[in-house]
Amino acid sequence: MIISVASGKGGTGKTTVATSLALSLGKNAQLADCDVEAPNAHLFIKPEFEAEETVTMPVPKIDDDKCTRCGECEAVCQFNAILTVADTIMTFPELCHGCGGCKAACPAGAIEDGKRTIGTIQHGRCNGLDFVHGRLRIGEAMAPPLIRQVRSRVTPDKTTVIDAPPGTSCPVIAAIKNTDFVLLVTEPTPFGLNDLELAVETAKILQIPSGLIINRSDIGDSRVAEYAAREKIPVLMEIPYQREIAEAYSRGEPVVEVFSQWRRRFEKLYADIQNLVAGRTI
Amino acid sequence: MKELVVISGKGGSGKTSMVAALSQIANNPVLCDADVDAADLHLILSPQVKESHEFMAGHTARINPELCTGCGKCVEMCRWNAISADFVVDPIECEGCGVCYYFCEQGAVEFPENLSGHWYISDCRFGPMVHAKLGIAEENSGKLVSLVRKEAGKIAEANGHEMVITDGPPGVGCPVIAAIGGASAVLVVTEPSVSGRHDMERVVDLAAHFSVPAMVCINKYDLNQSASDGILRFAQERGVPFAGRVPFDPAMTQSMVKAQTLFEYDPDSPACAAVREVWAQVLKRI
Repeated sequence: MIISVASGKGGTGKTTVATSLALSLGKNAQLADCDVEAPNAHLFIKPEFEAEETVTMPVPKIDDDKCTRCGECEAVCQFNAILTVADTIMTFPELCHGCGGCKAACPAGAIEDGKRTIGTIQHGRCNGLDFVHGRLRIGEAMAPPLIRQVRSRVTPDKTTVIDAPPGTSCPVIAAIKNTDFVLLVTEPTPFGLNDLELAVETAKILQIPSGLIINRSDIGDSRVAEYAAREKIPVLMEIPYQREIAEAYSRGEPVVEVFSQWRRRFEKLYADIQNLVAGRTI
Repeated sequence: MKELVVISGKGGSGKTSMVAALSQIANNPVLCDADVDAADLHLILSPQVKESHEFMAGHTARINPELCTGCGKCVEMCRWNAISADFVVDPIECEGCGVCYYFCEQGAVEFPENLSGHWYISDCRFGPMVHAKLGIAEENSGKLVSLVRKEAGKIAEANGHEMVITDGPPGVGCPVIAAIGGASAVLVVTEPSVSGRHDMERVVDLAAHFSVPAMVCINKYDLNQSASDGILRFAQERGVPFAGRVPFDPAMTQSMVKAQTLFEYDPDSPACAAVREVWAQVLKRI
């Protein structure tokens, strides 16, 4: 089973939930941090990294001698990554999405797949938990291809927790698509509610069943709880604001390791998710 | 005309609350919400929309079953696995590259432009505001970010506003790159936690990569004093001006619940004094 943890709004506690859930699963579990722009789960899991790979994307490599300057490649490219000006052909690899259209269109066979480095993937372990995350190269714009690569590194026979990026656009889609359940983490504030509504719509479009965790559940107002009741989204956990939790978080200490009662609550959360995915009531 | 873009790397560090507060104490600013993916500034500033525009960007392929002969070329060429075995395009997976459209020998692939969202020119109680709403699960957020910034800049130039204050998106990818390019300065709002620190370092690197001057301020600094000290040392070592620190103050959340800026909710709160000091530092540096 793959459980993704998403939120719409940033800073609501996705990483807190994802790391604590993964740690409470015991052995035979894995955590994949797909927030490749701002990967933080490793700061809590503190895995021993065992391997690192560089991730690249295909970009056009044009053989200047073979190129006839016909302009077919430029005509196909939707992303303005190739420009022919008079006798010169230029590529803008950072704009390329790697579709291969230019290569297929070139009648002279002058284009090969080159490479653009988009980031790295690191693999590690912590007490039997498998850990993998991606780190987007600073200056690289495209997170989704790296997120898809991180996703492809998870082992299908293990229970997987995915820490997703905030928002509702392509990086989130890449992180939560084809997961069995999405845990939406929010806070009971107007910003939390506004962005939760967007996240719920995203989950609906992708047809993923969802459940809600309300973090800092006593800091705001009741509109998030009312919305969840109206939309019939199960509230699976409420985490009250406690300065001790916030301080433990600030030091990179997972909630389940500092407060033993929270380990039991996260185990119950996983049992509830299993039941919901199986179509049982909780 | 200057543009200050407020970013953070990590989400939830207080960017939008900071921008809303600065909106009130800045002298005649234009406001711009460049977090088009999960825009929240309008929840505080309650803009009255004067102009609404469609945002058309990118294309999505659609296969006409009447014309499709099932040759399979599109499935074979699509690098996104967006076309099913029975030749239906998944619009979510479709990258909009047009490869299927260009290479279909039957002309069975349609490739219409997408309505990806909307953008607005509005008035709010502190001045003109440009904001947008990207459609759910849409792409091209970078283009929309560039567009709202450009429009905010035009309004400022045309009406003699000296400052655009832009609420930026989280992360370091496409929308953030679009949000900071060419800005006068970025103000990085961070928090004293391992995550806040880690992501702050990444956006400081990003700003340096694109040669945009950065400043750093800490929100909720008293939550972890030693982490705050570490951020201050980092800023000094990197030569990044330190713009100040705001204490943890329940007024931050309470003002948001009331749809007010910090200064409207409680002008005497400790956070207000600190935000004034941050603004004074920003004005000195920008």
